[in-house]
Amino acid sequence: MTEQHTLVVERLVLGYGDRVVIDGLDLVIPTGRITAIVGANACGKSTLLRSMSRLLTPRGGSVLLDGKQIHKMPPKQLAQTLGLLPQSPIAPEGITVSDLVGRGRHPHQGIFSRWSTDDDAAVAAALEATGILDLAERSVDELSGGQRQRVWIAMALAQQTDLLLLDEPTTFLDVNHQVEVLDLLTDLNRARGTTVVMVLHDLNLAARYADNLVAIADGAVHAAGPAAEVLTEDCVRAVFGLDSRVIVDPTSGAPLMLPIGKHHVQA
Amino acid sequence: MTSNALRPSSPTSDLTSDAAGRRLVDEVARNRIRRGRRRRTVMIVLAAAVAAVFLVSLMVGQTFYSPLDVWHVLLGEQVPGASFTVGRLRLPRATLAIAAGLCFGLGGVTFQTMLRNPLASPDIIGISAGASAAAAFAIVTLSLDDAEVSAFAIVAGLVVALVVYGLSYRGGVAGTRLILIGIGVAAMLESLTTWVLSGAAQWDLQEATRWLTGSLNGASWPQVIPVLIALAVLGPVLLSRSRDLSTTQLGDDTAAALGVRVNVTRLVVIVTAVGLISFATAAAGPIAFVAFLSGPIAARLVGPGGSLLIPSALVGALLVLVADFAGQYAFGSRFPVGVVTGVLGAPYLIWLIIRSNRSGGSL
Repeated sequence: MTEQHTLVVERLVLGYGDRVVIDGLDLVIPTGRITAIVGANACGKSTLLRSMSRLLTPRGGSVLLDGKQIHKMPPKQLAQTLGLLPQSPIAPEGITVSDLVGRGRHPHQGIFSRWSTDDDAAVAAALEATGILDLAERSVDELSGGQRQRVWIAMALAQQTDLLLLDEPTTFLDVNHQVEVLDLLTDLNRARGTTVVMVLHDLNLAARYADNLVAIADGAVHAAGPAAEVLTEDCVRAVFGLDSRVIVDPTSGAPLMLPIGKHHVQA
Repeated sequence: MTSNALRPSSPTSDLTSDAAGRRLVDEVARNRIRRGRRRRTVMIVLAAAVAAVFLVSLMVGQTFYSPLDVWHVLLGEQVPGASFTVGRLRLPRATLAIAAGLCFGLGGVTFQTMLRNPLASPDIIGISAGASAAAAFAIVTLSLDDAEVSAFAIVAGLVVALVVYGLSYRGGVAGTRLILIGIGVAAMLESLTTWVLSGAAQWDLQEATRWLTGSLNGASWPQVIPVLIALAVLGPVLLSRSRDLSTTQLGDDTAAALGVRVNVTRLVVIVTAVGLISFATAAAGPIAFVAFLSGPIAARLVGPGGSLLIPSALVGALLVLVADFAGQYAFGSRFPVGVVTGVLGAPYLIWLIIRSNRSGGSL
């Protein structure tokens, strides 16, 4: 098991230009669990995730890792504990898979320090965990979307952080690969105790895979807790402005949201 | 893609504890070393080529001097004829070729890497043109000495960088917008250079070609020394940011998440790269397309991954040396180095624009 780290958000205020996106948000990330953040488009969920990994400086309030403000921590030190996979990372042209995964070792290396056996072992473990060993020497350009997403997750794994934040890790993937990525993150969480925090678009997959579901609306947390408590018809109406039915998913036992639109609804 | 079964046990398995795991780690290490070996080989070959062409350009000219004569001159001994021709004419010229080439190669690839676009080279986006206009103005109009000219050029280079960056800033800097604005600024500055040259009473053709296309004609030690100092001071600063710079290629957010201080890195890298370009330009003029060509050539040679700073610097030095040598002796009449590199660079620029229009392209 990994060390027990705590990640807490206190009265956080975030914005771009004149616009305040997050206004006085409080959130406690349960250690060693999977948290999924959901909300309508442009509700600030990605903004929140970026601020939780030091990419955006808060206007007010703070993000505390083990009680210390992350915006005042040395960036490399933070990057050894907390990793983030942004929404659209860029693969340099022609780079090989193992080279790209090796970039995840950056926070563990000094300016001129040599590559160590630890670094090689971390890369090998990340390649194995994500099932891309056979792709190791291929060029990232040649890979499919699903394979590429695994490569990026492998890079984040090579960083060997106890907390891993992911911004919509399943976008642009078909349903099979979405499930694969979420299974992979669950494996990681169960085997290593890695705390996973991800922004997800698909409410039903979020409800199934998250131990802790956080619904964001109006710049604050509308509801947070186990999916069965959070994902209700009232909550969907408040957060997305959508009428729905929530039933029990016969496959997983998690709540399953069925949207009620204008058409195709039986009386 | 086949639906690979994920291995739930693997994240915990300590790979170094069993034989299969150790083999895996060894394989990863072997592949990494193989990638590094190609880079190293290319750098050694390039360095050897630079040294060889340097030596040849000291030996060959209107009078041929043997390697032994050149060696004696380099040791500071008096050799009749050679001491003047090699020591006073050819040596400063060849040294400036290498030093300016290193500066252009480093500065060019730094901008191309940082902005993730081969068109974003300082000689395309106006920085060389700014340094050149300032240097021409300082020499032709103000009659300043070499150190003052360098200072003038570096300030102008930084101001142009700032202006181009500022004009293209709209809640973030998009590469294409910056490049187009830079091309416009470069055109304005080039006409400014022409104006300065035509306004001066005593301007001669040699001076004019230096500030318009770059030339090593009449290179002397007082011109060369500031470039060498710039390399010795700014070069190591830039190289110390090499790994951070490579990491920013993954995108600003990814780099920041990996612990890179993105803004600090960008600032340090811009100031050092502009400094190198400006010092070299103040001495040799904006030698056409060397900054632009060196990075992509180095990238082809060393293959993907890894920092291109040193390979690109060596390519730059080789380009300037070879182009200057060819410009002096390969054709019926003598051409300044910038004309030769211009002829090499222009087709590549056209090809790149065609290709990037098709695919959106990156370095």
